Amino acid sequence: MTAAIDRRTPDDRSSSDGSDLPDAARSGGPAVPAAGATPPGDGPGREALSEMSHPHRARAVKNGVAKGVMWAAFALAMVPLVWILGTVVAKGMHMLTTMTWWTGNQRNINSDDFGGGARHAIEGTLQMVAFTTLIAVPIGILTAVYLVEYGRGPLARAISFTVDILSGVPSIVAALFIYAVWVTTFGLGRSGFAASLALVLLMIPVVVRSTEEMLKLVPNELREAAYALGVPKWVTVVKVVLRTAYSGIITGVLLGIARVMGETAPLLILAPYTKNFQRDLFNGNFPTLPMMINQDRGDFALTTAAERMWGAALTLILLVLLLNVIGRVIAHFGSVKK
Amino acid sequence: MAKRIDVSDLNVYYGSFQAVEGVSMTVEPRSVTAFIGPSGCGKSTFLRTLNRMHEVIPGGRVEGKVMLDDQDLYASSMDPVTVRRTVGMVFQRPNPFPTMSIYDNVAAGLRLNGVKNKKTLDGIVETSLKGANLWNEVKDRLSKPGAGLSGGQQQRLCIARAIAVQPQVLLMDEPCSALDPISTLAVEDLINELKSDYTIVIVTHNMQQAARVSDRTAFFNIRKTGDPGRLVEIDDTTRIFNNPSEQATEDYISGRFG
Repeated sequence: MTAAIDRRTPDDRSSSDGSDLPDAARSGGPAVPAAGATPPGDGPGREALSEMSHPHRARAVKNGVAKGVMWAAFALAMVPLVWILGTVVAKGMHMLTTMTWWTGNQRNINSDDFGGGARHAIEGTLQMVAFTTLIAVPIGILTAVYLVEYGRGPLARAISFTVDILSGVPSIVAALFIYAVWVTTFGLGRSGFAASLALVLLMIPVVVRSTEEMLKLVPNELREAAYALGVPKWVTVVKVVLRTAYSGIITGVLLGIARVMGETAPLLILAPYTKNFQRDLFNGNFPTLPMMINQDRGDFALTTAAERMWGAALTLILLVLLLNVIGRVIAHFGSVKK
Repeated sequence: MAKRIDVSDLNVYYGSFQAVEGVSMTVEPRSVTAFIGPSGCGKSTFLRTLNRMHEVIPGGRVEGKVMLDDQDLYASSMDPVTVRRTVGMVFQRPNPFPTMSIYDNVAAGLRLNGVKNKKTLDGIVETSLKGANLWNEVKDRLSKPGAGLSGGQQQRLCIARAIAVQPQVLLMDEPCSALDPISTLAVEDLINELKSDYTIVIVTHNMQQAARVSDRTAFFNIRKTGDPGRLVEIDDTTRIFNNPSEQATEDYISGRFG
């Protein structure tokens, strides 16, 4: 990224401390002069040597233990990840190799029928996510810009606090909120758009928080350099600050997209599934991949239904992966030149 | 194009903390004025009030008057952005824009203010880089990132960037403190050349540097930590270094403090 962050390994630091004050270093108490700690006339040379080597060994042991714990935690985290990926690929790959999967839909295909297409759901998910991104990203980035570049005092604190709360809102609560506003209060029908609105609520805090962090990483010196050239503040923010943080912001947006893409609760409540192609986000049922997975859930015992679920799951994972790759490429071309 | 700066009775505050107290001085056009003094004595803070950069820090404000020829920098009708276009600044650490090429860095001040004409920009970039003694070193790689240059080159790039907007005064806040002696020399030579066109004010901790580059020297001091900084005296550089009128100045210059 932009700011040069001082990454020091633990080893760099441990080598410098406690070389001649082992007692103080070990107990964490006040620094006692070494001469006072050593009993007089008791072979000071040997005593000093053993005192020095002991904490050194203790440090080495601690270092080893910490390293072991770290690797164990890493392995533990990887197990379910690899397991899930392996299972999904193994069971879902089969569906993805059929041509109709990428071209057809699920019309007139029952649980015990083989195959069918997922194109309706792929298109639906992409359309819905694109729409959500279109609304959530500008709001999220502008909020972050306000918080970092302009916000002072109680209003900024209130917004920051609200974002914190929003990021903790369970997706089903966001969905019910939109339901209460959209359907109950305004009397409008459930639709893909209504589900998008709920997804917007979930995406905004992710975008705000990550963008905020990236903007904070932009060194103040760059802002000052621009101000000193007589560049107005808003131009500085747009052309210097946002530009410098660009690739980090893209990463944040990708995180947000990944968060909402597989979100199911808002779809269950706001966007009923359809097996047909449906490109109208504003009226009627709407096909999406998570809902397609959910569709066959009741008939999981049937191989045909299970295969379709695995296929849809793998497709969803691949979509997120694809968007990530695209995002990385975009971020790469706009990143800080070295 | 160079202008005279007249400061009368200036107090600078950050919130309720008074950083600088009662400074009055005149900075002559087409000359180099150096500010010296111990750390925390307010010389950088005072320097920043000359182009209203202190306002970037929350709570920064001033009392008193700063006149640039006959313009009051703190008149209510005066836009700080206009002030900074007239009074440029070079910072302690070289800070080229990391996303921009060498060319774009120099052109930044103009481009960000709406100048688009390629010919105009080409001309100004070349003049500015030549003015900053950097043209010969970078003319073949103008499209390479500015952050890829050495520290001394980066600092000269920043000076080129500052003079590209054609300011009338150039403020330099310890411009050589992050540079090696050879780069320092290059920047000092540059300052000597620039003073025929600009009014230059430079803050430095290096007294030899002050003696080498400046025509006039101002000595700032504080009584103790937490007190506001004051201007002790300002005079011709030779006089300040050979025969200052204040005892405090002589103590500081000869290395005896307090």
